[in-house]
Amino acid sequence: MNEILVLAEHRRGELREITFDLIARGRQLAEKAGAELVAVVLGRGTDGFCATLAQYADRVLVVEDDALRDFNSEPYQAVLAQLISERQPLLTLIGHTACGLDLAPSLAVQLDAALVTDCLEVEIDGGKLTAVRPAYGGRVRASLQAREATHRIATIQAGNAPSPRARDSAGEIVKLQSPLAEEMAYKKLLEYVDTAAGEIDISQSEIIVSVGRGIGDPKNITLVEDLANALGGVLACSRPVVDKKWLPKARQVGISGKTVHPKLYLAIGISGAFQHVTAIKGAGMVVAINKDPKAPIFRVADYGIVGDLFAVVPTLKEKIARAKAGK
Amino acid sequence: MDIIVCVKRVPDLAEADIVIDRSQRDIEKDDLVFDINEWDNYALEEAVLLKEKLGGTVTTITLGDEDAEEVLRRALAVGADNAVHLDDAAFAGGDAYATAKALAAAIREMPYDLVLAGAQAGDDGYGQVGATLAELLGIPHATLVTSLEVDGKIARVRRELEAGLEEVMELGLPAVLTIQTGINEPRYVSIAGIRRVARREIDVRKASDLGLSAAEVGAAGSKTEIEKLSLPPAAQKGDILEGSTAVVAEKLAAIFASKGWLG
Ligand SMILES: Cc1cc2nc3c(=O)[nH]c(=O)nc-3n(C[C@H](O)[C@H](O)[C@H](O)COP(=O)(O)OP(=O)(O)OC[C@H]3O[C@@H](n4cnc5c(N)ncnc54)[C@H](O)[C@@H]3O)c2cc1C
Ligand SMILES: Nc1ncnc2c1ncn2[C@@H]1O[C@H](COP(=O)(O)O)[C@@H](O)[C@H]1O
Repeated sequence: MNEILVLAEHRRGELREITFDLIARGRQLAEKAGAELVAVVLGRGTDGFCATLAQYADRVLVVEDDALRDFNSEPYQAVLAQLISERQPLLTLIGHTACGLDLAPSLAVQLDAALVTDCLEVEIDGGKLTAVRPAYGGRVRASLQAREATHRIATIQAGNAPSPRARDSAGEIVKLQSPLAEEMAYKKLLEYVDTAAGEIDISQSEIIVSVGRGIGDPKNITLVEDLANALGGVLACSRPVVDKKWLPKARQVGISGKTVHPKLYLAIGISGAFQHVTAIKGAGMVVAINKDPKAPIFRVADYGIVGDLFAVVPTLKEKIARAKAGK
Repeated sequence: MDIIVCVKRVPDLAEADIVIDRSQRDIEKDDLVFDINEWDNYALEEAVLLKEKLGGTVTTITLGDEDAEEVLRRALAVGADNAVHLDDAAFAGGDAYATAKALAAAIREMPYDLVLAGAQAGDDGYGQVGATLAELLGIPHATLVTSLEVDGKIARVRRELEAGLEEVMELGLPAVLTIQTGINEPRYVSIAGIRRVARREIDVRKASDLGLSAAEVGAAGSKTEIEKLSLPPAAQKGDILEGSTAVVAEKLAAIFASKGWLG
């Protein structure tokens, strides 16, 4: 069918932001291809989601089943595989998220579909799928082309889409019978755990001084902490610092940590990976200190200092102390 | 408990100048330093930790050219028992699907309860190979695993979601798990340790040994192809402060002061 399918992602009773990114992307592609934009909702008790999505999509397909209440790749895959085989959409869009990573590859194998992941841009032209995606941790951009295939799936990087435009009238909501009957292989969700809670909530801070892998050794962190104190800000960090257990998870900024919106975000020895910088978009001012002039962090920084943090940070602290003392 | 770990040799670009090569489909790799993929290092450590706890074997597998052998040596030094090297010109240029197909063909012939891969590779970064492999093997999977316990025929894992949230899942073994960084603290491997395993035998296989034709693997067996690589626009958003350390620090302090942030 001449449809672009978009998988709605929801968790704990809320539609996730990525869903709206997918809708916006899907709408652009549908308009170009003269196709319909179809949102797919898999879950239990989804009336609210459907009503919301019908404001944007030409059609909302809903499958309700207890097994779909929370995301689980196995029942999701079974339902989507059937839906896609039946409807033969031009393209299916899924978020490049923890859900999408767990779902899209195995779904593509089952359908013998061509899959492109972590896409920044996608085009579908007469059934030909092309995409632009990052490689080498975002330092390189790759243009990909999918070979001829019966089905095409793309997972989309979060946070790069415009806000979706509402339709003049609500799209149609179509309830489908759940095809789930057979026993799935054993995979079960037991519970959710919040690991970012901690002694401090950095997302409430106005000034954040954040340290990355460039710090080299945990004993050097005091250097950055001293600067944070001098600025009256809080200490935060990138993921490798938490992975190495140098600082607790509550201090991590990024997609798998905290999203922050301080007036100042000072990034020290942080390269500026997508997973990090996507969470500082709301910062009033971003300042980066990094010895590599090509570090991607400088692409989002309002002010940058190219230099060795071990020289710059103590000097900066001293200048700040002096300025505060009014000298 | 027989565990298979997929490891990949990737370039470390931390301080490298990246140059797109003449084919436009790859980067110049001659001057780069290579190492085991960061995520695979955690996967390898997790496999060896499990073996130390539960007994059994760890088999490490890589697909790559002859230089890729060094990551297998590293894995042996860390504690893997066996190493399998898929090395054939026909494997070159494969996408995640073609790579997973070759890995699956090799793994299918081995005993295993658990297959570990990295959550993503530092070079291609498809985030696809592990779950693709699982589906090809016809077994369950969980991606982005941040903790792992095995209890008989069940694996209890934590998967990383967004914003600090994780989910606890159970899945039946055998299964494929893709490992996220931070799950453990990978041990240090000394040069001497790697030297000690220099003579250990590595099982080298070609596509034909796996019952695969050249058309089924590598670039020919892929579902996607790279048309072109480019460098992202270097466009700087703001100002790079110029001058000596003292001067740039002074300038930045003045900017903070002008905002009224220095009290
Ligand atoms: C699913 C997933 C989720 C993720 N979630 C997050 C997340 O929530 N948060 C996060 O941060 N990352 C996350 N990541 C990891 C992310 O992709 C990057 O690996 C990470 O952000 C890199 O951290 P870094 O910049 O500190 O380290 P690196 O990329 O290693 O950068 C270190 C920087 O320090 C500089 N440097 C080194 N020495 C010095 C010196 N002496 N002086 C000045 N500069 C120096 C270097 O030039 C380099 O730019 C996630 C990845 C995945 C796959
Ligand atoms: N050539 C390869 N050889 C062995 N394992 C690989 C190879 N390519 C990818 N993998 C595994 O698959 C994971 C994810 O890779 P990718 O899907 O490319 O991001 C890696 O962390 C490895 O564990």
